[in-house]
Amino acid sequence: MGPSQKPGAAGVRFPGAVDSKFTSSLSFQYPETNTAIPTYRTMSPEGEILDSTVVLPSDDAALKMYLNMIKVSIMDLIMVEAQRQGRLSFYMPSQGEEGICVGSAAALEKDDVIFSQYREAGVFMQKGYTLEEFMSQLFANRKDKGRGRNMPVHYGSKELNIHSISSPLATQIPHASGAAYALKLQRISNPSLPPRVVACYFGEGAASEGDFHGALNIAATRSCPVIFICRNNGYAISTPTLEQYRGDGIASRGIGYGIDTIRVDGNDIWAVREVTMKAREIALKDGGRPVLIEAMSYRISHHSTSDDSFAYRARVEVEDWKRRDNPITRLRKYLERKGVWDESQEIEARTNIKKEILRALSEAEKEKKPPIRSMFEDVYKEMTPELKEQMGELRRVMQEYPEEYDVGEFEGGVASLK
Amino acid sequence: MRIPLRLSTFLVISPKAPRNIHSTRFQKAYSTHPPGAKLNKSIDYGSTPILCHSTSSALQNPELSPEIRNGTTKRMNLFQSVNDALSLALSSDETTMVFGEDVGFGGVFRCSTGLADQYGTHRVFNTPLCEQGIVGFAIGAAAEGMKAVAEIQFADYVYPAFDQLVNEAAKWRYRDGEYGRGLGGLTVRMPCGAVGHGALYHSQSPESLFTHIPGLRVIMPRSPIQAKGLLLAAIQSPDPCIFMEPKALYRAAVEHVPIDAYTLPLSVAEIVKPGKDLTLISYGHPMYTCSAALQAAERDLGVSIELIDLRTVYPWDKETVLASVRKTGRCVVVHESMINAGIGAEVAASIQGDKETFLRMEAPVARVAGWGIHMPLMFEKFNVPDVARVYDAIKKSIQY
Repeated sequence: MGPSQKPGAAGVRFPGAVDSKFTSSLSFQYPETNTAIPTYRTMSPEGEILDSTVVLPSDDAALKMYLNMIKVSIMDLIMVEAQRQGRLSFYMPSQGEEGICVGSAAALEKDDVIFSQYREAGVFMQKGYTLEEFMSQLFANRKDKGRGRNMPVHYGSKELNIHSISSPLATQIPHASGAAYALKLQRISNPSLPPRVVACYFGEGAASEGDFHGALNIAATRSCPVIFICRNNGYAISTPTLEQYRGDGIASRGIGYGIDTIRVDGNDIWAVREVTMKAREIALKDGGRPVLIEAMSYRISHHSTSDDSFAYRARVEVEDWKRRDNPITRLRKYLERKGVWDESQEIEARTNIKKEILRALSEAEKEKKPPIRSMFEDVYKEMTPELKEQMGELRRVMQEYPEEYDVGEFEGGVASLK
Repeated sequence: MRIPLRLSTFLVISPKAPRNIHSTRFQKAYSTHPPGAKLNKSIDYGSTPILCHSTSSALQNPELSPEIRNGTTKRMNLFQSVNDALSLALSSDETTMVFGEDVGFGGVFRCSTGLADQYGTHRVFNTPLCEQGIVGFAIGAAAEGMKAVAEIQFADYVYPAFDQLVNEAAKWRYRDGEYGRGLGGLTVRMPCGAVGHGALYHSQSPESLFTHIPGLRVIMPRSPIQAKGLLLAAIQSPDPCIFMEPKALYRAAVEHVPIDAYTLPLSVAEIVKPGKDLTLISYGHPMYTCSAALQAAERDLGVSIELIDLRTVYPWDKETVLASVRKTGRCVVVHESMINAGIGAEVAASIQGDKETFLRMEAPVARVAGWGIHMPLMFEKFNVPDVARVYDAIKKSIQY
């Protein structure tokens, strides 16, 4: 590219758009001129394979994924009920989105780094987060690795390379870009390291945050090996997508950032798995580049236990999605077609999983809470003199007014405050 | 966000910018004081005791290791010492990255000059113009084991990244609990403070907004020696650090700086000059104002004043401050940012809240700070604490 424009040149040499051609016909680019980005699907709602080129997992792996999906959905039902009974402060189910989470997680490697929003229990389940870990976090007991500080459903796991979830929406998206850049640099300085990508989950509502924009733009300009996975489930709490954006969903934005993009049927677990595997290959190509996946689904559950979604959408609409198109029933039909699953196995599996979850729940509920001291720890790596002083002050007050504080359920009681 | 072109050219880029930017005719109208002033004279950076004007004074600092004290020094201004610290961090640890808006060509304040050439554009690079993106990206990189030194072009433009700093960076270790994944690798640098004509958006000192956030360390150096040692300490710290650089000192403050890598302790105040009748507390650029006011007050009032530089404003060194005030019984706190809920409020409240110190007070704690206004272009000199205002506060406190 030269510094000046040659007379009569067909192309524009403005530094901001080097490949643009001149035109003498005035025409705006209208969004409606472009047809909506198609939604990739491998399997019909009846579980019939439509794309013969799709790479399918072994029956064992498929069954494991199916069980992980029903495990998440049964856990959702039980925990919502536990919250209704006041045994749990809060819960967020992921009904309808089990396919996106389990399908994409199955396509990632063990060492890949994951950032999530909060409706990704299926990712944790597929990666190997145990029921004990789920329950300890939900009940904030002494076995909770988060040490009882976070709201329920804010899981995290160092072993599984999943960063701890935080409530502010979309903040994790630029983290994913930065983390992916870190993995890229680490591999440049040590090529013997295994290739790794970062996967980042978020909803279509979170994609309206400024952090989404900042993250995708910097991921593109710094060529970061990151897969952005948007769960477009139609609602952000009560806000339908028509009030969230007017473009062609989230996928159409990826192109604008210069990012390879695909839209996929989120109720089709094989489609999700397939695009995530391909995205992983693309992300690692030529030293790294970002990919955007928009996975379409429907949020069958309420937003959270603090939400009654029938205040803003019809019960019949929800029931329709539940019955007509659902990632779990679709995979079940696929498995039944293959002859590796039937009604009796279904009943047995559901009964066992239910028992297993109830057992983990009641054990977690009985555990002591973390020591009170842990509320002052980990603010900084070392506790500051100020915090030590404040911890001593809390101890003094608790000892002077013992009848005002119930410390029995906390490991070590007041004595932990030193 | 981008600095208006004329201001940036004038302020920063121009190689012709005079060392003492207060001396040109153009600026006179904005920020200087009348020729007859006895207190409000221009700070003479060539003779102020705040700076080390010789190798021996630079090396006698007991906070430096014996090897450094036996080493050599080089005269540097503050932007050069920041550049030197960044270069040492990049050369000693290949996980170090330096990035932000316009960092690649050397930075609008010259702090990253030569670094991209020397350490490669993979590790020293420009980002898109988006503060929340820059800090979010830095957090992610630090979370995966990098030492991410991010630059926000002006402290005035850190607010788009406030959510990332408050809700993410500061809480990362706490919410990760037993996993212990912290963000020690994160350092966010930003030029701050008045510069003579920066007006509303090139003058701010938002440090006390950060001192209300558990989990962050907030640091502001007063000189090139301090900038280098504290910046290297921030980069090595296991906690995320906000490093605020008084931009008016970038070119103005020149001193002998040890050439090798060294660190100065975080969350430790420094007694810059011992005294027994009054404790004068500040940090950053107003340290020079305080030093000048102190000299005038000691001469005129026959008193002995102890000057303390907080250096890290949070978590701050309460112990050193309280010990000094217990000894002197009088205290004046000086800072450029607004008086309300500023650092002075915390210092004053801590003094009255400490039984032993409270009982020894001979006068109320005085605060000299920016008024409760935005930084106005034409009125900056009436807003930033000057020598006369600090002198007056000392006098009132002594005469109480």
